[in-house]
Amino acid sequence: MDVSYAWLKELVDVPATPEELMDKVSRTGIEVDSVRYPDDQKMKKVVVGKVVELTEHPDSDHLHIAQVDVGEETLRQIVCGAPNIAVGQTVVVALPGARIGGNEKIKKGKMRGVESLGMICALQELGFSDSVAPKAFDDGIYVFDEPLTPGSDALEALGMHDAILDFEITPNRADALGMRGVAWEVGATYNTVPHFNDQPVQETGKPVSDYLSATVTDTADAPAYQLRVVADVTVKDSPLWLQRRLWNAGIRPINNIVDVTNLIMLGYGQPLHAFDYQKLPSQQILVRRATAGEALTTLDGNDHTLDPEDIVITDGQKPIALAGVMGGLDSEITASTTTVVLEAAKFAPVSVRKTALRYNLRSQASARFEKGIDVGAINAALDEAARLIAALGEGTVATGTVSASAIDAAPTNVDISLSRINHVLGTDLSVDTVTTIFKRLGFGVTAADGLLAVSVPTRRWDISIEADLIEEVARIYGYDNLPSTLPTTTMTIGEFTPKQARLRRTRKLLEGLGLTQIISYGLTSDAKAARFTLAPAEATGVAFPMTEDHKTLRRNLVSGLLDAVAYNVARKQTDLALYEQGRVFPRSAGHTRPEEHEYIGGALTGNVIAQNWHQSAQPVDFYAAKGVVSALLADYRLEAPVRYEALTDDPDLHPGQSAKLLLGDEVIGLVGRLHPAFEHANNLPQTFVFELNLDALMAAPRSEMQAALAPKFPSVTRDIAVQVATTVTNAQIQAVIATVGGKYLQSSHLFDVYAGDKIAADQKSLAYTLTYRRDDQTLTEDEVNSAFAKVVAALERDLNAQIR
Amino acid sequence: MDLKTKLEQLFEENHQQISQTGDLDELNQIRVNLLGKKGPITEVLRGMKDLSNEERPKVGAFANKIKADLQDAIAARKAALEQAEIQQKLAQETIDVTLPGDQVVQGTPHILAQIMDDVEEYFIGQGYQVVDGPEVEEDHYNFEMLNIPKDHPARDMQDTFYIDSQLLMRSQTSPVQARTMEIHDFSQGPLKMISPGRVYRRDTDDATHSHQFHQIEGLVIDKHITMADLKGTLLALAQHVFGADRQIRLRPSFFPFTEPSVEVDVSCFRCNGKGCAICKYSGWIEVLGAGMVHPNVLNAAGVDADVYGGFAFGLGPDRFAMLKYGIDDIRSFYQGDVRFLSQFQQEG
Repeated sequence: MDVSYAWLKELVDVPATPEELMDKVSRTGIEVDSVRYPDDQKMKKVVVGKVVELTEHPDSDHLHIAQVDVGEETLRQIVCGAPNIAVGQTVVVALPGARIGGNEKIKKGKMRGVESLGMICALQELGFSDSVAPKAFDDGIYVFDEPLTPGSDALEALGMHDAILDFEITPNRADALGMRGVAWEVGATYNTVPHFNDQPVQETGKPVSDYLSATVTDTADAPAYQLRVVADVTVKDSPLWLQRRLWNAGIRPINNIVDVTNLIMLGYGQPLHAFDYQKLPSQQILVRRATAGEALTTLDGNDHTLDPEDIVITDGQKPIALAGVMGGLDSEITASTTTVVLEAAKFAPVSVRKTALRYNLRSQASARFEKGIDVGAINAALDEAARLIAALGEGTVATGTVSASAIDAAPTNVDISLSRINHVLGTDLSVDTVTTIFKRLGFGVTAADGLLAVSVPTRRWDISIEADLIEEVARIYGYDNLPSTLPTTTMTIGEFTPKQARLRRTRKLLEGLGLTQIISYGLTSDAKAARFTLAPAEATGVAFPMTEDHKTLRRNLVSGLLDAVAYNVARKQTDLALYEQGRVFPRSAGHTRPEEHEYIGGALTGNVIAQNWHQSAQPVDFYAAKGVVSALLADYRLEAPVRYEALTDDPDLHPGQSAKLLLGDEVIGLVGRLHPAFEHANNLPQTFVFELNLDALMAAPRSEMQAALAPKFPSVTRDIAVQVATTVTNAQIQAVIATVGGKYLQSSHLFDVYAGDKIAADQKSLAYTLTYRRDDQTLTEDEVNSAFAKVVAALERDLNAQIR
Repeated sequence: MDLKTKLEQLFEENHQQISQTGDLDELNQIRVNLLGKKGPITEVLRGMKDLSNEERPKVGAFANKIKADLQDAIAARKAALEQAEIQQKLAQETIDVTLPGDQVVQGTPHILAQIMDDVEEYFIGQGYQVVDGPEVEEDHYNFEMLNIPKDHPARDMQDTFYIDSQLLMRSQTSPVQARTMEIHDFSQGPLKMISPGRVYRRDTDDATHSHQFHQIEGLVIDKHITMADLKGTLLALAQHVFGADRQIRLRPSFFPFTEPSVEVDVSCFRCNGKGCAICKYSGWIEVLGAGMVHPNVLNAAGVDADVYGGFAFGLGPDRFAMLKYGIDDIRSFYQGDVRFLSQFQQEG
């Protein structure tokens, strides 16, 4: 809310500069985001001028030569292009040397050969936005509607030396959406009492019941509905003081009727609506819910088909306004209006909110109805509006108020004990201190035996429970004055859960293996979400995505990693080892809620080790990626080994260089090279990726840690070269060796793989070192030879191997 | 020539030869020639049989001394030559120790993970538990249990990604607190927890907005938890994260789930409160929101608000990182640019 410092000072004593006020109020009550000066504290030499003579420029079809009285001994000649300039106008003149909006400097000069000693200004040239400057002057200069002394400060007349404080009103402090509420808050801050100088409304017209009556169908929809009538008014521009108030609050002046309703909203926080009485088809107002399909054209000219949830004001037949949101075009105040119906009401906040959202008609008025209004000020606001309209439009206020529904506005009583306040705040405040604070806020308070009975006026409808009062005490007492202590409770143990500890350990492990952590987005595109999944699952999307790129919950981590690879490669970073740890969201068919699984994924491209003076380049290949995966799996010490099986049917992975990881029958991971076609389509270099379901790994049985002494007896090794068909895998050979190796076989280590000129094209040779050891004695040569011979025989028999 | 003269002559000749040789093999040859069974000394000794009984022991002793001296000379020479050989070898093996060592690749934890790990470990040390919760959350936990009923104006404060009318991407990690409060057995002691994690808001990504970011929310509930405890806890946290000299100040604010609600500023760690561009010349930087848990929130979780109470706070690791390291674009955290990410090696 834009709070005019000048207006505020009329309502309450402010012993502070705008900046001091900003700081102080921000510390005790409501955050003030900034102080803005309409004149930027830079504009100067902008004065009131009166156009005395006007001639056409001899060399221009649109320029005028004006002789302007700016309070000097002689008239000042100013060339002006505005089409609306006329003799007798009181205008804004920027003198040579003036600073206007945008810190622009005005100099004297010649326009098509004619000397011009200044500039006649439009409000926009002084920094007014188009949405605030009165529409009448859209195509020309601004003209004052009242006599002002030529040469006097025009910026002053326009209210531009004011300071505007931007109050950031949180939903609980809607009481400060009116200047009176702000004055109360500032008064509490500085321990002063606001002074409003209210004047009573003079009811000199016919009884209001002669004009109309009103009914509310459901008082839950409109707990208060009050109308007044002002007759015989003249619709015209508002006086400058009123326009000034509005535009300094960011509202465009329209005419004296609409402007008064806006002024009252700004002053009291109570939105009002004005109808043209003559345009009402009937004199029986009815507030009810709309019927489905009912139509209304609102003030902005838009047609709406109404919803049965909308609260509408009707003339008994047709809707004439959306309650609290916007009036109808048909009953709009126009220049010909003579009798005004003023409406002040309280409407059901949720209905107003929904209706405003439904038709995209949220406004300052609807926002106030949503957040609440002071039910004790509805009639005061209505009366003041009627008084002002009658005064500014030379009309008469009809006698009485139509009351279709009304609220008995009584203070809210909240009891609280002093000990409760001190218990929550950790303070040792006295009854006097607390009582004084409540009095500063304008609350009634009586204290007895440490119990305070607090009477909260209707203007602070946010306060109804103890916690509300405690907050008031805390902020006015000052948060700086609270002590700083640490909680004293019974002892609690802080410890990561096994899962949390394991996720941390896994992250550290990958970092130790050279992978840098990235964090990508959980929401991605449909296509990216669906790739590289370990199991089929349904997609889950958000209902109203911001972009196509972030609409679906990811079901893999690889896509995000590949986005990062592409981003880096485009920036010439070609050696990459990245990982991400995070959740994926697969959804089972028939469920609305997706599951959440902790995954880890990686992407490697370029070189593991870059060429340097001492090492040759070691490019990433399948086995580099698999090495990372194997090291990670080893750390989980699973009871059952994870098996690698060739993965040939993932369309985005190379069919000959990819594997799925199986734990039992469950696919718990994948590792492989991207399909060259996928790489090409996505501008990716040759890239290897992996992905593991950590939830599955964490759930799998872990082999128990059992210590064994270091072996006492030496081990014996035998090397074996196994020549087999190229289709035979290492896993098959290892399986045979493990099966027949015997109880003394400790390990079989693959140390060479050969395929080439020295053996047949469909053959390859794999060389292993087999290590044997007995734990109870030194192995004999015979024992080893016999065990080794079994391996040789089995390989020859089962895999048709040649042993060399 | 008598034997003694012969021995003296032998000594002179060979001692000179020994001291002049620069080659271990030659030295060995000298040793074999001189001291071997067919060597001149042996020969001299063989001639001793012709000596008188009186002469024999004297010449014998002399001969043995000569032999011993020559052996010593050979040994000394051998040691010297070996030493020289070692020195030469060492000289040959000398390398440029200023050449770079082998590349040992080391990854970097993400800066947001570093900050979250640090804050989590800090609170673990204070006896808090770290509680994780779902990222796909129910409206019930994300809003309603936190005193944000449907159609409450406070819902404007966050625009949320809904999946359907009940499910949404959590817009804060406080639903984890609601879930934990609901199941915590207060008869067994207080609840002290933090809930870190990813959150989502319906925002357009730009330098200061991100549809995904992170939060760490804290909650302490017991019978005697005060706002002074909140202030002390946040002061200690601010000093842990931003430096021991930091101060904090609380400003009134509004969150539906706390009352009183405050925003918390920390004294500027760049200028120490003097005023600079980071703190917009105010000396203070807003770093988190906090407050005393609203009785409606306690009651919604089945906790008796007349008996129990406490505080809650929430901070943004993204914002912490941006402030602490002067990062001006939140998108940097999610683009995965290794040049950006790998610079944060000093922490964690």
